[in-house]
Amino acid sequence: MDFDLSEEQRLLKDSIDGLLTDSYDFESRKKYMKEKGGWSKTVWLKLAEQGLLGLPFSEADGGFGGGGVETMIVMEALGKALVLEPYLATVVIGGGFLRHAGSDAQKAAHAPGIIDGSKTLAFAQLEKNSRYDLFDVATTAKKKGDGWVIDGEKFVVLNGENADTLVVTARTKGDRRDKTGVGVFLVPANAKGVTKKSYPTQDGLHAADISFTGVEVGADAAIGNPDDSLALIERVVDEARVALCAEAVGLMDESLKTTVEYIKTRKQFGVAIGSFQSLQHRASDMFVATEQARSMSMFATMANDFENAKERSNAIAAAKVQIGKSAKFVGQQSIQLHGGIGMTMEAKIGHYFKRLTMIENTFGDTDYHQRRVADAGGLI
Amino acid sequence: MDLAFTKEEQAFREEVRAFFRDNVPPDTRRKLVEGRHLTKDEMVTWWRILNKKGWGVSHWPKQYGGTGWTSVQHYIFNEELQSYPAPQPLAFGVSMVGPVIYTFGNEEQKKKYLPRIANVDDWWCQGFSEPGSGSDLASLKTKAERRGDKWIINGQKTWTTLAQHADMIFCLCRTDASAKKQMGISFIVFSMKSKGVTVRPIQTIDGGHEVNEVFFDDVEVPYENLIGEENKGWDYAKFLLGNERTGIARVGVSKERLRRIRDLAGKVESAGRPIIQDAAFREKLAACEIELKALELTQLRVVADEGKHGKGKPNPASSVLKIKGSEIQQTTTELLMEVIGPFAAPYDVHGDDGSNEAMDWTAQIAPSYFNNRKVSIYGGSNEIQRNIIAKAVLGL
Repeated sequence: MDFDLSEEQRLLKDSIDGLLTDSYDFESRKKYMKEKGGWSKTVWLKLAEQGLLGLPFSEADGGFGGGGVETMIVMEALGKALVLEPYLATVVIGGGFLRHAGSDAQKAAHAPGIIDGSKTLAFAQLEKNSRYDLFDVATTAKKKGDGWVIDGEKFVVLNGENADTLVVTARTKGDRRDKTGVGVFLVPANAKGVTKKSYPTQDGLHAADISFTGVEVGADAAIGNPDDSLALIERVVDEARVALCAEAVGLMDESLKTTVEYIKTRKQFGVAIGSFQSLQHRASDMFVATEQARSMSMFATMANDFENAKERSNAIAAAKVQIGKSAKFVGQQSIQLHGGIGMTMEAKIGHYFKRLTMIENTFGDTDYHQRRVADAGGLI
Repeated sequence: MDLAFTKEEQAFREEVRAFFRDNVPPDTRRKLVEGRHLTKDEMVTWWRILNKKGWGVSHWPKQYGGTGWTSVQHYIFNEELQSYPAPQPLAFGVSMVGPVIYTFGNEEQKKKYLPRIANVDDWWCQGFSEPGSGSDLASLKTKAERRGDKWIINGQKTWTTLAQHADMIFCLCRTDASAKKQMGISFIVFSMKSKGVTVRPIQTIDGGHEVNEVFFDDVEVPYENLIGEENKGWDYAKFLLGNERTGIARVGVSKERLRRIRDLAGKVESAGRPIIQDAAFREKLAACEIELKALELTQLRVVADEGKHGKGKPNPASSVLKIKGSEIQQTTTELLMEVIGPFAAPYDVHGDDGSNEAMDWTAQIAPSYFNNRKVSIYGGSNEIQRNIIAKAVLGL
């Protein structure tokens, strides 16, 4: 039992914190947001240079063999700096599918480009009616010769505008809500029949709604078993949830820090408003919520290595519940304690609130995961 | 960062668990599960079993009878003890006055009191709060005047837990009225059998008798019963209150109660089926379990930090333990109320002093709910805890 970082982990934390302190202040972020697809290629290549894009890949695949704690460190730092670049979509999710189920050929084709920063990925999973159920897939992949033909519509695909390769969930057999018959396919973003409608999201990221009309892919497009990959999808999405928990902790840390600094300096009635007990108690409750979230982010990181998939999913669902509740409280109260200035686009606190809000609704909201834990028989 | 228990720690957990299974008297365990009170005899019997095993004062230094366990071992011991459940050692002796005596007392005092604390030969109670001194404890007025080789003590203490059983009291008394309020306080111990000590019960909203008022009317106490230096009592009180940082979360207690709720909810019917099959109830229960898991992890962070860096510098996360721990304990008693529903109402006029075996188990659910409102008030109310976080952690 040891919650301290190892020497290497501390170095990793210092290096990413240092990089983001230098290149990711709030004003720079506004500029990056205006670049194509909503993020900065220059920053992305800096992340690659420091080895961060190859962090979770094995050394055999050209990476550094980092584990869950390393990803947690990176995601917390990305959250703290409100980073726009597609680390989650490319390294955690896209890379996750390759790491867990990619063939040698698939890894050889995609991992080097991810690691050196030349290629990014996006996860095309959400559908009009699927909401948070990962097995709910209407998009079809029909066998044609050795390959497949993909038809369907995907929504709110993060990094959908810039991605070179789309990781698409599609059904090879069965009905929309069957738990078997779902596969995962690598689709070049420029394949014939792929059309995209891109837009910024509420939290300043960019996403796209993507339709697939008779998109033909080869036999090498399927990752894992094309007829039965729900367990794989759950595995990778669980890792994405764990990463989001860590990102949210970074966001909450920074929100609390910014808010406490603000109420120490903002004066009304001739004194700093932070001298009022009602505000002090609110800030204390934000601290409590943040620490509880940090504990559960660590728990989720640990649970990601559980061998039993049910226990793993249950623990990660529980973490997402705590994160969702804490994020909502810390986000809302950050705005409240800032008062009017917190309502403006100009102040950075509102942008933290918006990202925290969107995280709650990504890969299952608080109610969804609470129900999962309840139906799994609880957590004691 | 390594978030798993070691093999040795897991083996230790098994050892502790087996000891409780073989040695806690079954009736004592059953009463705790059902939320009933224990008699003095039942408690003392168990504590002596524990002391015989060498675990009665586990966290004391080895030379005074402690175990030399690591922080993690202490954590495991407490969690197993609370969740078995078995009675926790009498905090007033073992966690409060004991450490003050072995840290600030003289050799004679150590020899005289420590073994008797460990074996509960003396039942200790705490003389801190007064009618006018709750959260503002340093404003206390109970006076100890030096007269030759004696102290003459006059005043009143209140909320004195289980003073009806007590042989000894440790008391904060004002010994210098002219000094700034924190500076003129001394830490004095004396027998509850002394002439001039009167104990009056306070009946709390659960109908029980746990706390008392204690009056001192010209109580004569030998001068040598002063612990440490005169007028340094406030420092010792702060030491005492800061000593038990992690036990306050009572994670094991809440765990045990949640298991009981789950068990009862599988039996008690609502709408023609067990209430656990009601989705709304089940989600509320899950929500509480998740909060508790987060608290358990927060507590482990504090424990691991103490183990690695010593107890000197409090981990900022430790401030969370009291607030969340008390809120969760209260939520568990609310959930029990919800399970039992209309059968929470019948009141047993004979009360529960540990000897009323005829009392139905359902009769203790509502009193336990009422009684647990105290946990966000005592030990520094949750509002005081928020003041502490604002000041010590956030720098406000």
